Parts: sequence; structure tokens; C-alpha cells
Amino acid sequence: MAQATSPPEAPEVIDEARARRYSSDAAGLGRLRAGAFVAPALALIAVFLVFPALWVLYLGLTNYRLTGTAAAEPKLVGFDNFVKAVSDPAFWNSTWLTVQFVLGSAVIGQVVLGFTIAWLMRDRTGPLKRAVEGLVILAWILPSAVVSFLWVALLDRDGGTLQALLHLPGFAPLLDHPMLSIVVFNTWRGAAFSMMLYGAALGNVPPSHLESARLAGASGWQQLRDVVFPHIRGHILTNLLLISLWTFNDFTPFMLTAGGPDGQTEVLAVHVYKVALLGQELGYGAAVSTVILLINLVVAVFYLRLLRSKK
Amino acid sequence: MAAIELRGLTKVYPGGVKALDSLDLAIPDGEFFALLGPSGCGKTTLLRTIAGLETATGGAVVIGDRDVTGVQPGARDIAMVFQDYALFPHMDVTDNIAYPLRIKKVGKADRQRKALEVGTRLGLDQLMDRRPGQLSGGQQQRVALARVMATQAKAFLFDEPLSNLDARLRLEARTFLKKLQRELGVTTVFVTHDQAEALAMADRMAVMEAGHIRQIGTPAEVFQRPANTFVAAFIGSTPMNLLDGTVRGDTLEVAGCKVPVPVSAEGLLVDGERIVYGVRPEYNTYSAEPAEGSLGGKVAIVENLGASHLVTLEVGDVLVQAVVPEGDEPELGVDGFATPRRDRALVYRDGELVSA
Amino acid sequence: MTRFVLGRIGFYTLIAVLLAFFTIPLLWLAAAPFTSDPTYEVRVPDFTLDNFTAILEHPYALPSLLNSLVLAVGTALLVVLFAALAAYALSRVRLPGRDALLYALLLLSSIITGTAAMVPLFQLAVELNLIDSQLGLILILSGGLLPAAIFMLKDFMDSTPKSYEESARVFGASPLQIVRHVVVPLVRPGLATIAVWAVANVWGNFLMPYLLLSDVEKQPAAVIMYTLYTEGGQANLTLLSTFGLLYSVPVVLMYLFVSKKYGFRFHGGIKR
Repeated sequence: MAQATSPPEAPEVIDEARARRYSSDAAGLGRLRAGAFVAPALALIAVFLVFPALWVLYLGLTNYRLTGTAAAEPKLVGFDNFVKAVSDPAFWNSTWLTVQFVLGSAVIGQVVLGFTIAWLMRDRTGPLKRAVEGLVILAWILPSAVVSFLWVALLDRDGGTLQALLHLPGFAPLLDHPMLSIVVFNTWRGAAFSMMLYGAALGNVPPSHLESARLAGASGWQQLRDVVFPHIRGHILTNLLLISLWTFNDFTPFMLTAGGPDGQTEVLAVHVYKVALLGQELGYGAAVSTVILLINLVVAVFYLRLLRSKK
Repeated sequence: MAAIELRGLTKVYPGGVKALDSLDLAIPDGEFFALLGPSGCGKTTLLRTIAGLETATGGAVVIGDRDVTGVQPGARDIAMVFQDYALFPHMDVTDNIAYPLRIKKVGKADRQRKALEVGTRLGLDQLMDRRPGQLSGGQQQRVALARVMATQAKAFLFDEPLSNLDARLRLEARTFLKKLQRELGVTTVFVTHDQAEALAMADRMAVMEAGHIRQIGTPAEVFQRPANTFVAAFIGSTPMNLLDGTVRGDTLEVAGCKVPVPVSAEGLLVDGERIVYGVRPEYNTYSAEPAEGSLGGKVAIVENLGASHLVTLEVGDVLVQAVVPEGDEPELGVDGFATPRRDRALVYRDGELVSA
Repeated sequence: MTRFVLGRIGFYTLIAVLLAFFTIPLLWLAAAPFTSDPTYEVRVPDFTLDNFTAILEHPYALPSLLNSLVLAVGTALLVVLFAALAAYALSRVRLPGRDALLYALLLLSSIITGTAAMVPLFQLAVELNLIDSQLGLILILSGGLLPAAIFMLKDFMDSTPKSYEESARVFGASPLQIVRHVVVPLVRPGLATIAVWAVANVWGNFLMPYLLLSDVEKQPAAVIMYTLYTEGGQANLTLLSTFGLLYSVPVVLMYLFVSKKYGFRFHGGIKR
């Protein structure tokens, strides 16, 4: 056996310090450089995302206003703002409207519509599928300012397209049924996400399972119940949590109805804007924001739990 | 060109998993050396520690006469072919081969000339402006080899160089790689989990298990005289017969039969001790009639190996296998006898080979 | 057999209703810009291009599109650069607290929305003198998009084999050479995806510029569009139709580009 030449004083013992002399990640970046890589992003996130979120907690405890003495020297008022919020019928009204909006447009509207389209299109290819999916996605990607106006034009009481189509003079959905209007609008606007998610989920249902159900004589509905739903249960939950979160935080209804008429569409997102930035009661607005943050937190933690359990 | 030496090399991963446990190994200059073992045995970790992609927890790596344990991979004068070849998909073949020279600040014209020269040697001259995605698996492997050849490194490290090729191409590439290494004469260490590959290509090999080297030797040594039952069971395309037995004077009692003590263990056994008797199916002679020192039983299975058959005998409650030339294979269920070659049979005591 | 026919009829009726539901609101945007004297009602266009002159005459219409572009491109550059650096380091280096950080990022990106943070963000902008500053808005928008961008890019980089970098490293390339020669070209599709995602996000964003830019000369198209149909008096439908169309076209083109080039796999990331 040939022996390699080597210096006799070669170390035999474990040498921790030397082993750490250079870094063993793929590019040899090392922790110091890696830290420098992460730092700019973290700094921006800290200043413009985390700090505001913490500050909103603090503001909620003050009597901060945009102008006047309370603007110069805000005082800590403890939980007064929260007490004010829970005893304010306008807050509860907004909360109730938000529940209607989220349940109606996200949980029912987008999920049912999105799933229906995905189910109808599951085995299809070609121009019909492309047309349907293209239109649904178009409604989703156009800027909110544009689609809001398109719906204003559609629903206008003096000669909107819907009125002309239905031959109903004086038909003014935005005034007579404002909540229904924004629910239908948001269903139209957001169905694409659910459609794509369920489309992907349905694609993952093994065809052999569906075939064996069909061979056993299961009807369309029985196939859905016994084969499809068990497979996509996780996707349904993911979908529900995400679109609920998004709809809950959606400011687009403001562009359609500005919260009106008479506050009938003043969901929490719009309520905060009106109270804090138009009404200039930042402290009270911050208290409502805190409530929104907490609700978001609960939904997000559920969502992340779900993601983890899937892994 | 340089020898590689490992002294007490240890690698402990965060979390306490000991991937390499105080390994000593010397690979002389110019040798084609195989690291063989089942998955998870530490062979790839060992190769990556030689390359410097993993930092050693203890011990030393010496390349040539330089201790490189604390040296960056790029300064170790080695070159490596990765299992997936790691050809840069955004560069054409020329740029891929010339990349090491680009790092060494060789001028563009020079490195293109060198890339073409090395590429031509490996039959890639028609493919120099293709992207890796447009090449077959075998061509990609040649590009990866050309790239390490362009480095003028002192040693080459190959991580499972053949595993990404399909079976037919693999045999071809095996021959090609062995010939290339011989011509270049560069010390080369390669990792494989395929014992046939290691036996076919390597000058010498190390068989690893759970962070330890269980045997170092030439393919012939490792095949004929496995140092322990782990190596015995791991090496060979048909597994070695390893049978419990007892020493009875100058014979062994194995599976209820009497067999003579193998040549390698003569005079080294104690009467009455329990041993494991090992013989490769290739070294068993099959006969339909009983012979001196044979293991007799019923023919349970006959498997076609092509030019020969693998016959499995039920001897008592153990199975004994023998390789039988084509045409001589027995019927199922008949009585059959396997006679081990005395000069090839082995005896293991506590898992280790008994030999002088 | 009759059941099959009824099924077919039911299917196509349903599809027709769906198509109508999704098409009718969009018709106006397709027809009105090319109709003389457009009204709220969709009419068959007479294919005039005269309406587009209204945009040229309006003092804020075209500049607002430029403002949108500045905001979108500025934010996208910042987000791609910072997110790529951070995602690479997080993907390849075992930094202490990495998993907790990623979890926190994911949580932050979903709970701190424009709605929840509008009050303090407005306050912060006032305090830092960032009201009416496009740079300030770019920073705020970047802060909001970065967590999700880092997360998506880290996922992308995790799925890129390390052997490319290790190979370059064995050949002696320095860490920065590896990033330049190997990593950036390899993850380019991921960077492009994030850039498009960021541009689409900012292009459509209404709330933040509405809150933070009061100078009409700095406002992006989203805010100008809203102002055009809500400010007092009769809305100028000629202007609204053509402006809305011009404002929408880039998003559609970008969508077509991305879905052609990479397949549309945004996982709902294109919004928010």
C-alpha cells in the first residue's frame, strides 16, 4: 500500500476552530454575508410593515386625532377606544355587514361558483374551456378601479346596461339592494382564484377512483360525495380561509358604493377609513384596526396550521 | 497529480449524527479508487468532505503533501463530477467546459481553444454550441468529464458518475471511464452503491457501512476474501451463502452436513466453537450424487442467469445456493448436492474473517 | 338517452348563463371606447377612435399612467432585488432562527393588510414626511409585498439543486461570482415571476396611493380613474372608457405573457 507523504506534525485531534474556518453552505456565503443579504429586506419589512402593526396597537390606546390638541399631545386613554367600539352600534353594524359580505361573496359565492366552473370544465379542453376560464380570470386581473366603474355602469339607475337588458325603468340595485350588489360584484370579481384552485385539486383526483365509482354505478352526485370531496377536503379548507381573509380585508366595495347609501355597505374596511381618516379619530380607528388584525391573526394561524399538517 | 490521505477523519452533523467515524485511508497517486456502500453509509459525505463541500469535524484531509482540511474547496486543486453533472443550463458546452478556466482568469480565446481541445478528445466537437438541455445523458456526462479535465486538477472526485445513465449505456460508460482514467493517470475517487460497478472499474476500493470502512482492497481481494460478513453479503451479484456452523475436530458441521475446514482457516479454529461458514454460489460445485464434503438437499428453486443457473437447495431448514452451467440445471424437487471449493470457502468468527 | 340529452342541454344552458354573467359587465369596456358619445348602456360600437383624443386633452390622464408605471417598476425592482438576496441567503445558509423568521414572514404577509394598517401607515407617512412622496409610497408598498415575495422565491430556490453552486465552488469561484454566474441565471424565471406579480399588484393598488398621494399630479391611474367617476357633475364617459381601457391593457398583456411563458401558476399570488 503506497503511503502518501505528509508533514509529521499533522493534527490527530479534533480541531473545532479550524473546521469552522470557512463556511459549508453551497456557495460558501457564510453567515455574515447571508446576514447582509437578508438585512435590507428585513429593514424595510420592519419599518413599513411590522412597526405600523405594533403602532396600531399603541394608537388604539390613545386619544390621537389628526388635528387639535390631541394631535399635538396624544394621551393614553387605556381601553376607552375599545369600550367605545363595542358600545358603538355603528361598529356592530359594520361587523354584521362584514359577516354578510364575507359569507355571501366568499364562502358561498366564490366557492360555489368557482367549484361549479372547475367541475363543469374538468374533462374539457379546447376553445370553450379557454373562453370560460379566460373571462373568469379577466374579471380577476383587471384593476379594481376599472371593474368597480364597470359595475357602476352596469348597475346605473339611469340607463345602465342591466336596466336596459331587463327593461326595468327605475331599477337601481346599488341604491335598493346595495349589499346584494357588492356581494354579487365580489363573487364575479374573485371566482377565478377558487376556480383555479379547485381545477388543480380536481386534476389530482386519481381517475381510477372515479372510474371504479362509475363501474360500481355511482351517479354524478354520488361520485362527487364519495370520491371527489374526500380528496379535495384540504383544498376546500385552504380556499375558504384564504378567500375569507382577502374578502374581509377588501377595500374595493368602497369604490362601488363608498359605504353608502346610509352606511348600508360600510364593511369594517370602509368603516376604519371613514372613522379614522375622514372623521380623523385615529385612536378609535386604530382600535378597530386592532380588531381587524386580531381576526386576521386567528384566520392566518388556522391557515398555517393547515399547511403544516399537510406537510 | 497527487495522493490523497485521510487521517482520523470525522464528520458529525448538527444534531449528533456521526456520518464519518474516524476514518483512515491512503490513496496513492494515480489510483482509480471506489467508495462503495449502501445508501446512507457515509460514502458521499466522505467524498464531499475530501472536496471541502462538507467541513470535517475532526481529523485531516491531505492532498499531495498539503493538509487541506481548513482550505476552501476551490483552493484544493481537485475537480468534481456531480451525480446530476451540474452542467450550467444557461451556458453552452464550450462555456461549461471553459468555466473553470474563466474562474482562473484565462483569456477568452485561450479557454475556448482549450475547451474545444478537451471536447474533441471526448467526441464532443460537434456539440460545442449546444445547451445541456439539448444533450443526451451520455453526452452530458462527457461534458461534465471534459469540464473536470480542463481544470488540470491534481485529483478527480466522481459522485455516482454512472447512476444517471440507463442500463445499457452504463456498461459502455464504465469501460470508457476506466480507459479515460488510465490514460489521464489522475488520482480519481468515485462513489457508487453498485458493487458490480466498483468491482469492474476500481484499482482498489473501500467498502463502507454506517460511517466506518469495513474493508479496503483490490476488487479481487474484496470479492474472494471479504473481511467480514457485511462485505461478504454486500459484494457479489448473487449473495454469498453464510451458514451457521460448529467446529468438530478437523471438520465443520454445517446445516447437518460435514464439510472440511477451508484452506484459509486451517489450524486457526478451536474445537467446538460456533462459526459462520461462507461460500459464494459460484464456488459451489453442483452434482446430482453426493460427494465428499458436500451439502445435500432438495432443489427448491432454479433461476436463469443467462449463461448459467442459480440453484437453491433446501438443506435441512437452511437454503444453499450454487451456480450451475447452462444445460446442467436440475429438475425441481430432485435431490441435489453442492460441494464448496475448499480453497475458496471462508470461515467467519464473530462476523470477522478467520485467516492467517 | 333522453337523460343524456337533458344533461347536455342543462350543461350548455349553465355554461351560457355563466358566460353571460362574466361577459356582460366587461362588454362596456370593450364597446364604449369605440362608440361615439358613449352612455352607461352598452351599444354596438361605430368603431370611432375619436374618444382617445379626450385622453390627450385631459391634464392628468396620461401622466397618471406614467405615475403608475413609476410606482410599479420602482416597487418591482426593489422587491425583486431585496427578496432575491434574502431568499437566497435563507434558502442556502442555516441562519439561526431561520424557520421562525419564515413563519413570521408568512404570518405577517397575511395579517398586516392595507386595511388593517392604513391608520398607522398614514400616520407614519405624515411623521416621516412621506405624504405625496412617490419614493415613500414605493417603500411602503415594497414593505407590504416583500414577505410574500421572499417566501415564494425561497420556495423556488429550494427547488433549484445546490450542485450547480457547489460545482462552481469546487472550480474556485468566489461566493459573489457564484451568485452572478450561476444563481442569478438559474433563478431568472422566478425573478421574472415575482417582478410581474409585484407590477400587477402595484398597478391595481388603489388604497395606498389614495391615502398617501393627495397631489393629483403624482397620483397613479387607479386613483385618477376613481376620481373621474366619483367627482361631482356628470362623469365624462368618453374619457372614462378610453382611460379605463388603456389602464387595463397592460395587465392583460402581462397575464398573457406570463401564462404563455411560464404557465399560469401564481397560486393566488397575483393579488395581494
